[in-house]
Amino acid sequence: MTIELAIILTPFIMAGLIPLVYRRLQKRVIGWVVLVIPVSLFLILTTYIPRIEKGETFAHTYEWIPSFNINFTTYIDGLSLIFSLLITGVGSLVLLYSIFYLSMKESLHHFYCYLLLFMGAMLGVVFSDNLMILYAFWELTSVSSFLLIAFWHHRKASRAGARKSMTITVSGGLAMLVGFLMLYTMSGTFSIREIVTNIHQISEQALFIPALLLILAGAFTKSAQFPFHIWLPDAMEAPTPVSAYLHSATMVKAGIYLVARFTPVFGGEIVWFWVVTGVGLMTLFWGAFNAVRQHDLKAILAFSTVSQLGLIMSLLGLGSVAVYLGYSTSTVIYTQATFAALFHLVNHSTFKGALFMMVGIVDHEIGTRDIRRLGGLMSILPFTFTIALIGCFSMAGLPPFNGFLSKEMFFTATVSILELDVFSIEKIGIVIPIVAWVASIFTFVYCVIIVSKTFLGEIKPDILEKSPHEAPIGMLISPFILIGFVISIFFFPNILGHYILRPAMASVYPTFLSVDKMTPHIYAWHGFNIELYMTIGVILLGLILYRFLKSWMKIYRIFPQQMTLNSIYERVITSSENLSESVTKRYMNGNLMHYFIYIYVIFVGIVAGTFVILEAFAWNPSADAPVENYELLLVFVMIFASVALLFAKSRITAVLLNGVLGYVIAFFFVIFRAPDLALTQLVVESVTTALYLICFKYLAELKPEPSSIRLKVSNGLISVLVGATVTLIGLAVINYEKFKSISIYFEDSYNLAGGKNIVNTILGDFRAFDTMLEVVVLFIAGLGVYTLIKLKSARKGDSDT
Amino acid sequence: MKINDVILRTVVKGVVFIILTLGIYLFFSGHNAPGGGFIGGLVLGSGIVLLYITYDLETVHKKMPFDFKQVAGLGVLLATGSAIGSLFFDAPFLSQTDLYYTFPILGEKHLTTVTIFEAGVALTVIGTLVTIILSISEDE
Repeated sequence: MTIELAIILTPFIMAGLIPLVYRRLQKRVIGWVVLVIPVSLFLILTTYIPRIEKGETFAHTYEWIPSFNINFTTYIDGLSLIFSLLITGVGSLVLLYSIFYLSMKESLHHFYCYLLLFMGAMLGVVFSDNLMILYAFWELTSVSSFLLIAFWHHRKASRAGARKSMTITVSGGLAMLVGFLMLYTMSGTFSIREIVTNIHQISEQALFIPALLLILAGAFTKSAQFPFHIWLPDAMEAPTPVSAYLHSATMVKAGIYLVARFTPVFGGEIVWFWVVTGVGLMTLFWGAFNAVRQHDLKAILAFSTVSQLGLIMSLLGLGSVAVYLGYSTSTVIYTQATFAALFHLVNHSTFKGALFMMVGIVDHEIGTRDIRRLGGLMSILPFTFTIALIGCFSMAGLPPFNGFLSKEMFFTATVSILELDVFSIEKIGIVIPIVAWVASIFTFVYCVIIVSKTFLGEIKPDILEKSPHEAPIGMLISPFILIGFVISIFFFPNILGHYILRPAMASVYPTFLSVDKMTPHIYAWHGFNIELYMTIGVILLGLILYRFLKSWMKIYRIFPQQMTLNSIYERVITSSENLSESVTKRYMNGNLMHYFIYIYVIFVGIVAGTFVILEAFAWNPSADAPVENYELLLVFVMIFASVALLFAKSRITAVLLNGVLGYVIAFFFVIFRAPDLALTQLVVESVTTALYLICFKYLAELKPEPSSIRLKVSNGLISVLVGATVTLIGLAVINYEKFKSISIYFEDSYNLAGGKNIVNTILGDFRAFDTMLEVVVLFIAGLGVYTLIKLKSARKGDSDT
Repeated sequence: MKINDVILRTVVKGVVFIILTLGIYLFFSGHNAPGGGFIGGLVLGSGIVLLYITYDLETVHKKMPFDFKQVAGLGVLLATGSAIGSLFFDAPFLSQTDLYYTFPILGEKHLTTVTIFEAGVALTVIGTLVTIILSISEDE
């Protein structure tokens, strides 16, 4: 087993162990034990940095289902390394924070189990080269996110938020699966690396653009891009450490990862450029614009995350133009957008993680996150204030913090794209820097809101009644480490650029020869240029907008309430629920007679239909064995019994006549020398009769059901058709020659399966898989009967008391 | 109303042993002769049901203190477990093997791993059959 596989599996193994051992551990200890996992994984992953930096990659394949080209291929390159470092690094800090954040009364073992499940799934996403494995891990992150959002499942809002995120991300995931399958039919491989190498063979095919759009649907839903972003604010019902980890630093960046990973595949397409850039910019603007009007600190951060994800997405879109242009010294400049995207990805994780933890502290110590009830906390929570100040300044793009650097690079990318005249950029390209700039102004405004409304101004008197105090040191360590990164990345950005971002650039642009040319030297100061003027404009206009906040907040009321994305989503969900309920009620009406009609009509339709279409009926009476007299006798007994059954007036007569039919069939088995079948038939018949006898006292008196002539005729017709179909099959089966007979296998059963009794070797060996599943079905059916009866009596007992 | 079931009780006392013996015989004779897990389990299960019908629940339960839901569960575990077990011997899922072994007194016997699988089938059938019939007859 290689280290890469061990890295993916360790969180899963630990997640499996927690439920077994948590009772033996003290509650305080669980978090610390779990913390060992991400910390050690992070340390192991850092040892990859020097080797990846030299340009090495690590791939290892374990065969899983080789016949379908599905193999467990782990692959580590620069791009997956960035993400895995974020997953384990931020994961460690969040775990440390959650130890102090969560109360000892919570079911901690569930929390840590889900968190580890998520960590493993996320590592699986970024380390998988095989599309099917990637998809499986991708959906597992949705599932673990669902479990974590609904962690406080006694709250209605938590359950609703969890369901919403699950519905949206899994729908997108399914679209992505279809896209993957299209890629597979075009390229014949599930390996991303092989698809990238053979890109020229598939880019001309008709399915290429549909596959592109479907895969983007998966990425956009996961990364909360407009118009799918609506799940992310609702996901804030999760405990704050979860929000900091899944819904800002890692899971929502899986879509970013996917887009970056598929840039070498789809990057040359005009559709890709405009969809990724356009949706990214739209999300950037819409998220920032909506963040301003929120009152809940976490909601502000949620919309801000949506907006920042849009920023990264649009940068990846802008960078993809370099794939179209191909490698040359003049085009290398356009790769800088991708570099800025990766740079901002890291920066965003640092400052947004710190900000979420800051909000968690405020919530924990003050008891509310509503900015209308907060204010003046600077003197009460001085350390938390520092975190908020630095985090918000970095998010707003002010020096000396890392957000400034990546925001400047973002402006550079949007401005420099205007020089191109491909993809009809020359016509509408000017929109790109304008939207970017306007969105940045709103970003600045909500950053100011977070700091000033929470920490500045007057202290609200009801806060003081609770005598709040600064958070324990344990809750402050993690955000301060992140803040440390925010500052140190500003002063030493090129260390990050050279060792971590440079190898990732090589993964996004594998065909580009010189990686060093794609890695710009990051300067904090590059003279008075247009980017600096844009930043100054953002600050000035942002301050003006903040000053007159009340006077322009009206514009949010312009949008009609029933046209918001959320209400459209609600309507779609409720109407589809109602539709499925009414359809289901129509055919599942509880009338057994109807169910039998469905079964028989479908049976006749499929079997007799196939018979007719394939013209399979062939009957040659000369091939049949002669019919003996005693056989005829048995047939007459059966006919007599079944006709009598129709006229039976009481249940006991009907049951006995039914028994006659069963025993005659057993006789037939004896005559035709099938002792196993005869035995089984006899025992089954006896047991069924016993069951009937037990049930008798619960059954109502047999009454002739009131039914119309039409119903009687149609029922009679169906019965005759079923009987005719079965009879015809019986007659035709001997003469059927379209398939080779498989009885040769059974005749050789002693050598093949080690048994002389063919029936048993079929059950236990040749068709053992069927038997195994039948056993499971039998067990489930038995439990079903048991629970139906026991639950019913339990409910009756409740109502009695 | 007290039913006089002396005849039933007397007959069942003798017959039940024959039924149970037949069930066990059928279970082991499978594979080379008529019998096997399903039919063996069915016969054993109907024998147990017969006991429950003749005597009351408490009496039978005192002598056979099994939870038949767990018996069925054990059966499913055995069947699927023996199927998965073959993976550990680097053989495809559900592979079976057999051998001949000479026991000290019994002489040469045919041993096969299908027996484990069939035992799972038999236990599931017994457990489910008894569970269903008991829960229906216990229901008030």
